[in-house]
Amino acid sequence: MTRQQVLDLYFLDARHKLVELAAFLDRVERADGKDDFRLKNFRAALTQLSGKEKNKAKLVLLAFSDPTIEPIAKAAGKGAVGAYPN
Amino acid sequence: MRYIEPHAHMVSRTTDDYERMALAGCEAVCEPAFWAGFDRSSPAGFFDYFSQLTEHEPRRAAKFGLKHFCWLCINSKEAEDVKLAEEVIALIPKFLERPNVLGIGEIGLNKNSRNELRVLEMQVELAAKFNQLILVHTPHLEDKLKGTKLILEVLKNDRRIKPERVIIDHVEEHTVKMVLNGGMWAGMTLYPETKCTPARAIDILEACGSERLWLNSACDWGVSDPLAVPKTALEMKKRGHSQSAIEKLIFENPKKFLRQSGNFRLPAN
Repeated sequence: MTRQQVLDLYFLDARHKLVELAAFLDRVERADGKDDFRLKNFRAALTQLSGKEKNKAKLVLLAFSDPTIEPIAKAAGKGAVGAYPN
Repeated sequence: MRYIEPHAHMVSRTTDDYERMALAGCEAVCEPAFWAGFDRSSPAGFFDYFSQLTEHEPRRAAKFGLKHFCWLCINSKEAEDVKLAEEVIALIPKFLERPNVLGIGEIGLNKNSRNELRVLEMQVELAAKFNQLILVHTPHLEDKLKGTKLILEVLKNDRRIKPERVIIDHVEEHTVKMVLNGGMWAGMTLYPETKCTPARAIDILEACGSERLWLNSACDWGVSDPLAVPKTALEMKKRGHSQSAIEKLIFENPKKFLRQSGNFRLPAN
């Protein structure tokens, strides 16, 4: 596909998702209380979007990933929350 | 359009889903053993589940003209209890003789714990001993990168395991290349909220090529779509991919991998 064709096919969808992200941050920021590690990961991931590096989806996923390499002693639960408490 | 659904948890779906899949061109559905959404209380619960996968579910699929195959294991979410896992694994060999069983799966890791890793090694041993194909579940979200690395290490360290007989599922942009570079197959799971969307899956395809890559819906009792594979085929068509390229990804590739099991046969073949 040409760049023009990609834009024609996906621009409105991407614009919609970007506005949703902005609205999410507005919603969090006007709510009372403190941030947690998820929002910290989220803001770190956002910085990847405006950079010149390629593979932005990969960089965003890495920003949310556990960077350690050793197995944990015991699984405390079964679920994942989507971010790693650095 | 014909396709194979290589990863779907049909015990959690309705007969309406079988009908919709058949109408969309599905020729075969493959069902890995997984977590039921709650922990089973004993090995007997797994015995019943394996019976369901090898006896009841193929009959249900056949009513819609679909071939049904399955994979057997204890999943990583129930692997923290090693004693239970040992008892469940001891049940599996007799089920491997059933005609719709493709191999051991979906084994893998969930929270990347030592016990999960121990049970993964036990099940890789089982697959090697009985010369079975392996289907691997990689962890969710923040645990995927680390879990994928740990899983690949286990598999690469066992010289009996041939990479081309292993499919590592639920890959995303940050894990797909380490799987393909290891000579294994990679599965892209299409979920509405997590894992891959159709657009991202095709991005990965365009970046990595279509060798040793497949698509699946992994539809289950959660937010998921049993028609995710044909919907992604439509997305490929919108981008101008040829019919043969689409068929390779959604039919020929899974067939090529799955036919390494002597039990995988389609009516036309």
